[in-house]
Amino acid sequence: MTATIATTPSPAPESTLEGHGQPLIDKTFRWILFAATAVGIVFLAVLIVYVTLKGLPRLTPALWQNMPSIRNPDTAGAQSAITGTIWVMAFTALTALPVGILSAVYLEEFGNAKSRFQRVVDINIQNLAAVPSVVFGILGLAIIARAFQLGQTVITAGLTLGLLVLPVVIISTRESLRAVPQNIRHGSLALGATQWQTTWKQTMPAAIPGMATGTILALSRAIGEAAPLLLLGAVSFISFNPTGPFSAYTTMPIQIFNWTKDPREEFQILAAALIVLLLVLLLAMNAVAILIRNRTQRRW
Amino acid sequence: MKQMRDSEAAKQSSSDMSTTGRMDVAASLGSHGREIPETISNVVFGLDNVQVFYGDFQAVRDVSMQIGRNEITAFIGPSGCGKSTLLRSFNRMNDLIPGARVAGSLTYHGYDVYAPNVDPIEVRRRIGMVFQKPNVFPKSIYENVAYGPKVNKMKVNMDDLVEECLTRAALWDEVKDDLKKSAYALSGGQQQRLVIARCIAVKPDVILMDEPCASLDPIATAKVEDLMQELANDYTIVIVTHNMQQAARVSDRTAFFTADVDSAGVRHGRLVEYGPTRSIFTAPNDPRTEDYISGRFG
Ligand SMILES: Nc1ncnc2c1ncn2[C@@H]1O[C@H](COP(=O)(O)OP(=O)(O)OP(=O)(O)O)[C@@H](O)[C@H]1O
Ligand SMILES: [Mg+2]
Repeated sequence: MTATIATTPSPAPESTLEGHGQPLIDKTFRWILFAATAVGIVFLAVLIVYVTLKGLPRLTPALWQNMPSIRNPDTAGAQSAITGTIWVMAFTALTALPVGILSAVYLEEFGNAKSRFQRVVDINIQNLAAVPSVVFGILGLAIIARAFQLGQTVITAGLTLGLLVLPVVIISTRESLRAVPQNIRHGSLALGATQWQTTWKQTMPAAIPGMATGTILALSRAIGEAAPLLLLGAVSFISFNPTGPFSAYTTMPIQIFNWTKDPREEFQILAAALIVLLLVLLLAMNAVAILIRNRTQRRW
Repeated sequence: MKQMRDSEAAKQSSSDMSTTGRMDVAASLGSHGREIPETISNVVFGLDNVQVFYGDFQAVRDVSMQIGRNEITAFIGPSGCGKSTLLRSFNRMNDLIPGARVAGSLTYHGYDVYAPNVDPIEVRRRIGMVFQKPNVFPKSIYENVAYGPKVNKMKVNMDDLVEECLTRAALWDEVKDDLKKSAYALSGGQQQRLVIARCIAVKPDVILMDEPCASLDPIATAKVEDLMQELANDYTIVIVTHNMQQAARVSDRTAFFTADVDSAGVRHGRLVEYGPTRSIFTAPNDPRTEDYISGRFG
């Protein structure tokens, strides 16, 4: 049986559906927003194109196969700076990741959020994340290089940069832990799991993608830092690869700094080429971070 | 001292149930065909003046009752009267809420659950809990079930245990070919049955269920209800439900709670009436109970 529904056509609307168009303010505002966005993008694009064009002649395997040289600008490369960066970053990660992740787990999962201690720590971490990197350089020089007598070495640089990114690692790890729904913890605890088991087997695995993203971004901040290392005295000319944690070193940003100081045109081109390499490295790290984030987005 | 229940009869009656009209609460009664004595001989939980506080707010006041072994006890009552709060105090899940506090005496097989030397982990291992929203772990179906036995270091053949628990939870046939699949790929009803399987995998003594069917469709609900009947042979079950028919269908005893407003205008939950489900639904003593179960409650 089909139901018959009286279908009286609804009366035509009295006015047409035409609007009055976008008010002027609306349009203007959109243009301002667009322009603001464009400034940033155009500026960045110009910079990248300029640097790439300038460095192109020296973007050859010689850049990472040869050592820096003052006398032979034509054959100079940046191998010691690239290996130096890898060494320093390894020690940065070794410092910042375990300490950062463990403190974040403590603060988020075990600490009492309302305690005075934790509130003080919270505020300090937020502030530390905003401290200029030069200040960390001074700290590294006074305490790590001089008081601990570690000198101008890979380990000093790694510890200093590790401290520099520590607050960022803590904050991003805490955020990814906080994103794990409470009912997963409760589900685990209700089965008789201890808090430690719950954290280790449920909460942390669920937070790993977020932690990975955050820590890669933190390390990509450290990789481009020159200021704190300059303060640590890493300005000398190094034409050998680091041999261990107590070896002298140079890094890519420092090599760039040294080359741009040299008035000879060849070194300017070399600096541009190394900048391109550093940018590629940074973009690659950020791409990995974004990839991890997108791949593992969970529907809780 | 186990009260045995004929699981065949339970199954039989639960399938009969589907043919009877579910709309009429009284018609759903007595489906499991078991005489429920007025008094409880085998006490699992003994509550004496139990009060639960959140900070200064007293959410539950003066509850005294006993919960019988291998019985299904239903908690009913309007929203906010403290059913979940009271349920969580049975396995010390309230400990996880900052500021929550339990006063009065709550015993489990005669032991004070809140005695200073009691380990909440040990309590929770014996008293399992199924939450209102299915909270499967972001892991495979297999790992969800195996997690509890693993953390409790139970010496078992894990494959067998997983199969056994999933079978008991009426989920095995649906998932046996993709145990490695993420539990998130299951439907809500399947997830809830997985959570029940996960819960029985640690071989608890009691299962607390807080509105286990709230997010399920009628078919999944019927499955979970059948499952409860089946589990009541071995377990003591306490279930919170907003569904009167469900309470009438599955439970042996029913406790009706409501919230009183005190002179300061604060609402405190309290136990109004508790007894065999049949008498609560057919001859309640308190007019508030009658109003609530017949849907006249404000
Ligand atoms: N974590 C909490 N912190 C503070 N107050 C709470 C908390 N959980 C519940 N309450 C309060 O305790 C009272 C009882 O809540 P509870 O969740 O136990 O009620 P309920 O009977 O389970 O209700 P519902 O049927 O809606 O689930 C309510 O007034 C509620 O606001
Ligand atoms: Mg509730």
